[in-house]
Amino acid sequence: MTDLTELGVKALRDGIATGDFTAREAAEAFNAAVEQASALNAFIVTTPDHALAAADAIDAKRAKGEDLGKMGGVPIGMKDLFCTDGVQTTAASHILEGFVPRYESTVSQKLWEAGAGMLGKLNLDQFAMGSSNETSYFGNVSSPWRKEGSNAAMSPGGSSGGSSAAVAARIAPAATGTDTGGSIRQPAAFTGITGIKPTYGRCSRWGVVAFASSLDQAGPMARSVEDCAIMLEAMAGFDPKDATSLQMDVPNWEDALDADLKGKRIGIPREYRMDGTDAEILDSWEQGKEWLRDAGAEIVDISLPHTKYALPAYYIIAPAEASSNLARYDGVRYGLRDLPDGAGLQDMYAATRADGFGDEVKRRILIGTYVLSAGFYDAYYTQAQKVRALVAKDFENAWAECDAILAPTTPTASFLLGSLNDDPLTMYLNDVFAVPASLAGLPAMSVPAGLNSDGLPLGLQIVGKPFDEQGVLNAGLAIEQRAGFVAKPEAWWC
Amino acid sequence: MAGGAANALTMSITRDEVAKIASLARIRMGDDALDSMVPELNNILDWVEQLGEVDVTGVEPMTAVIPNTLRLREDEVDAIPQTAGGRREDVLANAPAAEHGFFGVPKVIE
Repeated sequence: MTDLTELGVKALRDGIATGDFTAREAAEAFNAAVEQASALNAFIVTTPDHALAAADAIDAKRAKGEDLGKMGGVPIGMKDLFCTDGVQTTAASHILEGFVPRYESTVSQKLWEAGAGMLGKLNLDQFAMGSSNETSYFGNVSSPWRKEGSNAAMSPGGSSGGSSAAVAARIAPAATGTDTGGSIRQPAAFTGITGIKPTYGRCSRWGVVAFASSLDQAGPMARSVEDCAIMLEAMAGFDPKDATSLQMDVPNWEDALDADLKGKRIGIPREYRMDGTDAEILDSWEQGKEWLRDAGAEIVDISLPHTKYALPAYYIIAPAEASSNLARYDGVRYGLRDLPDGAGLQDMYAATRADGFGDEVKRRILIGTYVLSAGFYDAYYTQAQKVRALVAKDFENAWAECDAILAPTTPTASFLLGSLNDDPLTMYLNDVFAVPASLAGLPAMSVPAGLNSDGLPLGLQIVGKPFDEQGVLNAGLAIEQRAGFVAKPEAWWC
Repeated sequence: MAGGAANALTMSITRDEVAKIASLARIRMGDDALDSMVPELNNILDWVEQLGEVDVTGVEPMTAVIPNTLRLREDEVDAIPQTAGGRREDVLANAPAAEHGFFGVPKVIE
């Protein structure tokens, strides 16, 4: 029998449906792969029993001839930002260590209803704040990739770094991610996998630990565009429990996949040609244009004039929302409580939060508290929200000239763990190409384009119109078919 | 407004101000933590200062990223089970100090 861990979502689902192998065999194969890969530190907790129980339910359904669902029998990794009933949910923080939700997030519930099972809860940057997976209370995640001829540990990107590492290492065929300012796309690019952030509101935020509520969106991370389309269908959909949930039907993205781009115009934003962008990234962008032209698209130059201001606006808006969202961690209702001898209520709050939050989280809470404070609110927060409106308007104007946008996902390939820790600003620049689409709530995905001269993956990003995930997926598929990306990391962790 | 924004954005943040913010955010910070946080915050604030360059005349601040009408739910008690009442045990299950069906906290009134 083939090694089941080499299969993706569609191949597993269809193989189980046709009886080539059982869901239990698939779950056992991935459970074993997860167990062997502890050196990656991709999982905070593993849940082999969850995966097996879901698999057995699917095998029983098949025996009865019932419908197995969109994800029937596919075991996946769940980013530890999604609340899972009865399974510890930490957001990779100390303050939520030991928190065991008594409810299930809408997105994870939908995945279980579609027939998926859970291999475990995946590591991430603490509260999804970070671009390297080095801010987790539970330790760094190592990318399965290494530079050619080196054993030094590389970053899997962040914040969905456990998700990207697990999928790239083939210890999970797919995983959930969340993207606030690039947290699906940047790790996907760093690890040679595919990930899509849908239009804001497609996936319910109910039960997802909140970072910046006007930006947070869940999405799938997998090894192919088609697998992402399948999993996104299972994750998306209206939820009355989320006030910003889109009241729209979920299209059948999988069946409508079409890599023929005749009649489509792909915009190339001139402002994305920035100083400091790696030459090999620019080369892969050129290559991407050729691939899309080959698929029938017309390539047009466009302008997104406020691109430069998107990242600084993001670093006001996201911390502002975070400082408000994270006020709930107070040592009273759930999570950590630090109660020094003789301390009163206020001292308990301050001690709990000092002990429970990591440095990057504190930094962002303080920035957010400052920019929202009396006397500074208009100068920082209102100004940033006005700039955000201009960034969104840039995209609206661009849609008069093109149907989707092609850009690099990141300005560089992955970097060594520990190499960017001293300077938060340099770390923030990782998301310079990802953040504009987040501010505008647009669907955006990263697909692998190839390897650089160090043997590290590079990603290309497609940004689409609101609600046009299909256009994004189709352009992604056109690139995927031409890039023929089959490289995989050597399994040094086994 | 644009002029006011530019003025406020060119100020740098002092150690006392960081201590004040930390106190507002209810995060205890010792001297060492404050010392290292001041330059870090100033670096970030210096960098976001460039937003003052943008001409925002006549621009409304964004309030909703995707146009969406705010729904009203049916006026029905406990319509959605997960967010309905009657789940005291679930709500208290993760509390560090649940007592007699309530959240326990240190004495507030002497």
